[in-house]
Amino acid sequence: MTQYLDFEKPLAEIEGKAEELRALARTNTEMDVADEAAALDAKAAKLLDDLYKDLTPWRKCQIARHPERPHCKDYIAELFTEFTPLAGDRNFADDLAVIGGLARFQDRPVMVIGHEKGHDTKSRIERNFGMARPEGYRKAVRLMKTADRFGLPVVTLVDTAGAYPGKGAEERGQSEAIARSTEVCLQVGVPLVSVIIGEGGSGGAVAFATANRVAMLEHSIYSVISPEGCASILWKNAEKMREAAEALRLTAQDLKKLGVIDRIITEPKGGAHRARTETMETVGTAIAQMLKDLDGKDRAALIADRRRKFLDMGSKGLAA
Amino acid sequence: MNWITNYVRPRINSIFSRRETPENLWQKCDECGTMLFHRELSENLNVCTSCGHHMVIAPRARFAALFDGGVFAEIAVPEPIADPLLFRDQKKYPDRLKAAQKATGEKEAMLVATGEIGRTPIVAVAQDFSFMGGSMGMYVGNAIVAAAEEAVKLKRPLILFSAAGGARMQEGILSLMQMPRSTVAVQMLKEAGLPYIVVLTHPTTGGVTASYAMLGDIQIAEPNALICFAGPRVIEQTLGERLPDGFQRAEYLLDHGMLDRVTPRTALRDELISITRMLLGLPPAVRGDLPPPAPDPVTETPAPAPEAPATPDAKAPPATGKADAKP
Repeated sequence: MTQYLDFEKPLAEIEGKAEELRALARTNTEMDVADEAAALDAKAAKLLDDLYKDLTPWRKCQIARHPERPHCKDYIAELFTEFTPLAGDRNFADDLAVIGGLARFQDRPVMVIGHEKGHDTKSRIERNFGMARPEGYRKAVRLMKTADRFGLPVVTLVDTAGAYPGKGAEERGQSEAIARSTEVCLQVGVPLVSVIIGEGGSGGAVAFATANRVAMLEHSIYSVISPEGCASILWKNAEKMREAAEALRLTAQDLKKLGVIDRIITEPKGGAHRARTETMETVGTAIAQMLKDLDGKDRAALIADRRRKFLDMGSKGLAA
Repeated sequence: MNWITNYVRPRINSIFSRRETPENLWQKCDECGTMLFHRELSENLNVCTSCGHHMVIAPRARFAALFDGGVFAEIAVPEPIADPLLFRDQKKYPDRLKAAQKATGEKEAMLVATGEIGRTPIVAVAQDFSFMGGSMGMYVGNAIVAAAEEAVKLKRPLILFSAAGGARMQEGILSLMQMPRSTVAVQMLKEAGLPYIVVLTHPTTGGVTASYAMLGDIQIAEPNALICFAGPRVIEQTLGERLPDGFQRAEYLLDHGMLDRVTPRTALRDELISITRMLLGLPPAVRGDLPPPAPDPVTETPAPAPEAPATPDAKAPPATGKADAKP
């Protein structure tokens, strides 16, 4: 059932064995496997603890990209009501890599916008694996401006490997679209909160994550370049992604130290994909708290707060 | 083989190798192969006198040619935290920085200055592609913020010359954060009602294009400059197909509605003066080579004196449209 990551192989074996035993017991009622299965479960739990206790940055990248990790659509279904998707950039197309629309968050009307990667082959292709084209950013700009006009808070959910590097995307102004989206994030006079739920890939992420408050799931990543991309440029070898992931400081824990994000949202043991509903609920609590933090701030204060936050970026280093 | 290996790589190599032979009096145009005498080349702002190919020009040389009489005052840029991520790849980041400083004689990848162009006070910023590919790290962010603050303080327009491979990987997420940070700087200018003019030079790519370099009131590019978000190599790898000729070049972007103008470097100065003065509602500039500005701050009344008399000053020849402002 669960898709295991390469470093979870030993875990897969133990959990597989326990499953087999139980299946055997179901067909053969005289067998008593309860003790043995329980022992295996305990062993698996211990191993899961150990594996997730001290994850390397590269392992975190793998978890952040786990296909079963809850995606934007899942969060919207779980945490929002009356979701009314709004489509199109009024210029060229509707980019399905970006979902956005009106919804209620704990009864409060908001605008929710996020990257959607898709969950099977068909939807992944349809959504271009969550890699937005200019139309996606322009749709977001349009929705943010609408939210601004009607005083609705904006919630963004970031999960993208990056903006799509394609011919049409370039011709239609990918860089301008990203720049404009970042600019509008800074301009809106409503609360803007962002959660990095999986991958925060470079400019494609910044375009949505230039927010008053930015939270990150414990095992999500946020980086200027993918570890593979960095390895192929600086190490001249894409196989050095482990080293690159290390050097880039792309984990939530490092980013908190650097003052880039405001809070880390704890994931269930074994990562978000092992307890999806629980993860989404925790994210909901974090969104509620971030919005509450911003309650009572007027337009000018919200804009000034965002500006101050991003002007201060880089004032903290990792050195002792 | 394709145009990347045949065309882009030799050009990039030549940019990097050129500094190693400063004693060379002759330079080969990397486009047409003509041997160009160094003085002639630099007088033509590093534009090939034979084929018009635009070669890299250092920020200092650009400013010397841009400002009246070649006079400008450098604006100090606040020093960022050194090596904030303690970044190591095959080399240590501080070692890479030192090597770049030695090779270019500059402290970092951006130069900020104030001065006058056609008697119009401005603040100018230029990015140095020779310095670690012009990459945008915290220093570049600081430079843009300092330039915007200075422009707002002095109520002057900001002209920015971009040239960068993108973000500086060695500063990781903090270089990425310079995208929103520089956008805040652009907003300061816009709120103060000051013109922000961007001149995109070869190459301007990645996070730089996707932030301050695409947010100008006016977007001008130098001919044939590569301007993109994702580089051609990345796109060819992703799509597995050859890209059309001239893809992501200035003229291609102009055709696709992404730029206001493509202007040769030798005509840029006059054009910038003209645009800036119109945006500021000032009368037309006095054309031609101008001496350095007077020591007193210049008041914004036009100085008709040099042009009105029938005997022009020898130092101020009539306009020729050539933006050659060597003193």
